[in-house]
Amino acid sequence: MFGVLIAIGVIILLAILMLLYRVYTLVSVARGTDKIRVSASNKVNAVLFLVFLIGCSGLFFWYSFDAFDNYQQPVAAAHADDYESLFWATMWVSVAAFMLTNIALFYFAFRYQYREDRKALFYPDNTKLEIAWTIIPAIVLVSLVFGGFKVWNQMTEAAPEEAEVIEIMGYQFAWEVRYPGADRKLGEYDYRFISPENPMGLIVEDPATKDDFIPLEIHLPKGVPVEIKIRARDVIHSVSLPHFRQKMDAVPGMPTRMWFIPTKTTAEMREELNDPDFNYELACQQICGRGHFSMRKIVVVDEPADYEKWKREQEPWLEPGDQEPSEGEIDTNIRTQEAVDAAGTETERVEAATTTTQQ
Amino acid sequence: MATIQSHSSHDAHADLHEEHAHHESFITKYIFTTDHKMIAKQFLVTGLLWAFVGGLLSMFFRLQLGFPEMSQEWLRPLLGDWINSSGKIDPNFYLALVTMHGTIMVFFVLTAGLSGTFSNFLIPLQIGARDMASGFMNMLSYWFFFLSSVIMFCSLFVETGPAGVGWTVYPPLSALEESIPGAALGMTLWLTSMSLFIISQLLGGVNYIATVINMRTRGLSFAKLPLTIWAFFLTAVLGLLAFPVLFAAALLLIFDRSFGTSFYLSEIYLNGEALPHVGGSPLLYQHLFWFLGHPEVYIVLLPALGITSEIIATNSRKPIFGYRAMIGSLLGISVLSFVVWAHHMFVSGMSPFLGSVFMFLTLIIAVPSGVKVFNYLTTLWRGNIVFTPAMLFSIGLVSLFISGGITGIFLGNSAIDVYLHDTYFVVAHFHLVMGAASFFGMMAGVYHWFPKMFGRMMDNKLGYLHFWLTFVGVYMVFFPLHYIGIAGFPRHYYTWTNFEAFSGFTDLHAFVTVAALITFSSQLIFAFNFFYSMWFGRRATANPWRSNTLEWTTPVEPGHGNWPGEIPTVYRWPYDYSKPGAIEDYIPQNIPYSMTPGSNLPHENELVDREKDDDAIIIDESETDTTK
Ligand code: HEM
Ligand SMILES: [Cu+2]
Ligand SMILES: [Cu+2]
Repeated sequence: MFGVLIAIGVIILLAILMLLYRVYTLVSVARGTDKIRVSASNKVNAVLFLVFLIGCSGLFFWYSFDAFDNYQQPVAAAHADDYESLFWATMWVSVAAFMLTNIALFYFAFRYQYREDRKALFYPDNTKLEIAWTIIPAIVLVSLVFGGFKVWNQMTEAAPEEAEVIEIMGYQFAWEVRYPGADRKLGEYDYRFISPENPMGLIVEDPATKDDFIPLEIHLPKGVPVEIKIRARDVIHSVSLPHFRQKMDAVPGMPTRMWFIPTKTTAEMREELNDPDFNYELACQQICGRGHFSMRKIVVVDEPADYEKWKREQEPWLEPGDQEPSEGEIDTNIRTQEAVDAAGTETERVEAATTTTQQ
Repeated sequence: MATIQSHSSHDAHADLHEEHAHHESFITKYIFTTDHKMIAKQFLVTGLLWAFVGGLLSMFFRLQLGFPEMSQEWLRPLLGDWINSSGKIDPNFYLALVTMHGTIMVFFVLTAGLSGTFSNFLIPLQIGARDMASGFMNMLSYWFFFLSSVIMFCSLFVETGPAGVGWTVYPPLSALEESIPGAALGMTLWLTSMSLFIISQLLGGVNYIATVINMRTRGLSFAKLPLTIWAFFLTAVLGLLAFPVLFAAALLLIFDRSFGTSFYLSEIYLNGEALPHVGGSPLLYQHLFWFLGHPEVYIVLLPALGITSEIIATNSRKPIFGYRAMIGSLLGISVLSFVVWAHHMFVSGMSPFLGSVFMFLTLIIAVPSGVKVFNYLTTLWRGNIVFTPAMLFSIGLVSLFISGGITGIFLGNSAIDVYLHDTYFVVAHFHLVMGAASFFGMMAGVYHWFPKMFGRMMDNKLGYLHFWLTFVGVYMVFFPLHYIGIAGFPRHYYTWTNFEAFSGFTDLHAFVTVAALITFSSQLIFAFNFFYSMWFGRRATANPWRSNTLEWTTPVEPGHGNWPGEIPTVYRWPYDYSKPGAIEDYIPQNIPYSMTPGSNLPHENELVDREKDDDAIIIDESETDTTK
C-alpha cells in the first residue's frame, strides 16, 4: 500500500517536472533565445571551468598534504629508499605535467570563450612545436626509465648466497610458510602428496625435509637478505608485503621468488610509529575467490639473535624418528593458527572476518 | 576512382527507386535493417541500456565498500539470496558484481556501444558513401552483439551467479568450477557470450576497414580524412588483429574447463583432490589475454579521441592543431599498443628481463599520448570557443585523459608497479583514462550528432547540468582512489577490516560512494533529455554547429542512401575554420577552392585550375550559400 502511494507520488512529481520543462522550452522558443548563436550560458560555462580548476587544485593540494601520513605506508626494506625516491621523483614530474596541462586547458577554455567581435586564429600547425613536445617528454620519460631499471634490477636480481631462504605457499584462503631448519635446505615437495595431514605436499623420505618446520607466524631477521620461494596450491595468489615494497604472484605449477632485506624490527617500527599494536602484514593481492580479502598473515621482524632463538624453539614438522606427524599435533596446529590470527586483530575485526567468511 | 563514382551514383538511383517501389515494413526498417544509421542507433540504445546495468551493479558494490557496516537487507527484493542472513552482500556475489561491471563497461558499453554507434553512423556519412561496404554483414554484427548481450544478461540470473573471477578471467580460478561459484555456469555463459561478441566485432571491423579504404567519395584522400575516421579506422584495425587472440585464449579456456585439457593448468590440489593436469601455464593465458587487453583499452579510447578532435575543432572555430601530428600519434599509439601488453604482468612471475623491455616500450607510448594532449591545448588557444554540451564533454575528456594518463607513468615503471600493482591506484588510473574519458567521448558524440541522428536538438541547459554533475562527480569518485592506492589497498577486496595496514580511509571510502551515487543518478538527466528530445526536441537544422564535414551536407534526416542526389565531392581538408579572408568562419569540405578566392592560400590557388578541368563537379546551390 505504502509502495503504491510512493509510486503514485513519484509519477505525479515526474509529470509536474515534465510540464515545467515543457513550459520552459516553449518560453525560450517564444523569446527566441534558442535562435541566437551563443547564449549567456557560454560565459557561465567558461567561468565554471575556472572555478573548477581553482577549487579542485585547492582540494588536491590540501588533501595531499593533510592526509600524507595516512597514505604513506611505513617502509622497512633496504631497497625501499631507492624505491621511494623513484616514486617521488615520478610524482613531482607527474604533478608538474598534470598541473600545467590542466591549468592551460581550463584557462584557455575561460580566456577564449566565444565573442561576437573576435575571430579565432587560423593556426593549423607548427613543426617546431610538435618536435619539441615529442622530444622533451621522451627525454624525461627515458630518464625515469633508467631510474626504474636500476631499482627493478636491484629488486629482481638473484638473491645473495647468504640469504635466509623460506617458502610461502598460498591456498584458498590462507598461507603456509616453511623454514628449512638447521640444514638450511628445504625438502622436496610434490603436489600429489598434498593431503589434510601434509598440506604442503612434502616428501617425507627426503632427508632435507626432516628438520623443516612450518610455524604459524612468519619471522624474519633484521638486516639479513631474505629469499622467499613462492608457490600456490590451487589458484593464483599474490604475496604482497606492502611495508617491504615487494610483491610476487604465487602461481600453481610455476614456482616464483622474491628477496629483500628487512631493515626495522617490529619492535622498532612500533616505537617509531608510536603504535604498540603495529604488525607487518602479508596480504593476498590477486583475486583468488571468496576469501581473497581474508588471506592475512603476520610478519614479525626480529633482531638476528632473537630470530635464531625463535628458530631453535620451533619443532620440526616431522617428529624426530617419526615419519608421520601425529593426528593430535595437526589439530593443535590448526587451533593455534586460529588463535594467532585472532591475537593480531581486534575483536571486532575477528567478528567481521567470521561473519563474512563463514557465511 | 571513376568506376566507384559511377557505381555509387547508380546505387543512388536504385535506392530512390526502392523507396518508391515498396514501403519498408517495421521489421526491415527498425529491426533487421541494413541501413548503417539505424544499426548505429541500435548499437547506441543497446549500449546505453548496458551502461545503466553496468552502472547499477557498481552502486551495489560501492555501497558495500563505502558503508561496510550498513545493512543491505533493503536490497533483498532485488538481489534475493545474494543478501546473506546477516543482511550483507555475499562475498562471492561481490566478486561477481565487479566482474560483470568490468566486462559490461569495457566490452558492451565502451567497445560495442562506442565504436558500434559512431563508426557505423559516421563512416559512411563522413566519407561520402551511401552505406557500409556490406550492409548485411553490418546487420549480422549487431545481431551477434545482441545475442551475446542476451546471454550475458541471462547469466546475471543463474543460480550460481554470473562470472565472478575478475573481468580478466585468469585461470586456474576461471577454469575450475570448484574454486568459486562464479566459475561455474556463469563462467560458461561468459565465455559463450564473449565468443559471440568477438564475432560481432570482427564482422563490424572488416566492414569499417573495407568501407574506409574503398568507398571514400571523389577527392577524399586519406590526407583529407576527418580525424574521427582515422580513429575509427585504426580502432577497427586494432580490433581485427587483437580480438582473434582473445578468441584463441577463450577457446583454450573452454577446452580446459570442459574437455580436460591442460593448457593453463598444472599441479593443482583443490577440494581435497590432486588434479591430473600437468604442464600447462597460467601465464600463457595472461599473455594471450593482455595481447588483446592492452590494444583493447585503445580500442575503447581512440574513437573517443577521434570524436573529440572533431568537436574541439568545430567548437573552437579553429583548425585542429597539428592534423598530421594527430594522425601520426594515432598511428604511433596503434603500433605501440601491441608491444606493451606485459606491463600488466610485471609481478606475474615472468622473466624480469622481459619486464625491463616492456617498461621501456610502455613509457614510450606515453609520448604520442602527450602529443595529442598538447595539440588539443593548442587548438583551444586563441580559439573562439562555443560551449555546446558536446564541447564541454570534450574538454572534460582532455582533462580526464591527462589525469588518468599521467598515472600510467607510475604503473609503466616496473619498479614502482611492484608496489602499486592490483591496488586501487590501478583502479583510479584506468577508470579515469579509459572509463571516464571514453564515456565522455561517447556523451560528446551523442550530444554532437544527435541532430543528425534524430533530426532534433537535445536541450542545452539540461546538457550543461548533466555535464557539470558528471564531471565533478567523476573526479570526486576516482581521484580519491589514488590516495587509497598509494596506501596499498588491494583491489577486489570485499572489506579491508581484517588488515591493520588497510584499516584507514573509511571516511574517504564513504565519500567516494556518495559521490558515485550522485554521479550515477545525474545520468537520469541525460536519459530524460535523450528520450524526450528524440520525440519532442526542437527541430534541427541541417548543419546546426556550422561544421565542415560531409555529414552536415545531408538533409536534416538523411534517408536511405544518405544524399538524395549526387554524393558531394571533397575539395579540402575538414578543418578550414576561421580561415582569414573567408566570409563565414567555416568552409565545408565540399566547397571548391574556386569558390573561395578570398581565403585560398597560395598552394591552394594552384589547385583551382585543376578543379576546373573536372567537369563532373556538381555544386549544390544551397550549400554554397554559407560562404556568401
Ligand atoms: C600514458 C600511457 C599509459 C601507460 C604508461 C599505462 C600503463 C599501465 C600499466 C603499467 C598498467 C598495469 C598496472 C597494473 O596492473 O599494475 C595499466 C593498467 C591499465 N591501463 Fe594503462 N597506461 C597508459 C594509458 C592507458 C590508456 C590510454 C588506457 C585506456 C584507454 C589504459 C587502460 C588501462 C587499464 C584498463 C588498465 C587495468 C587493467 C586491469 O588490471 O584490470 N591505460 N596501465
Ligand atoms: Cu587472493
Ligand atoms: Cu595496458
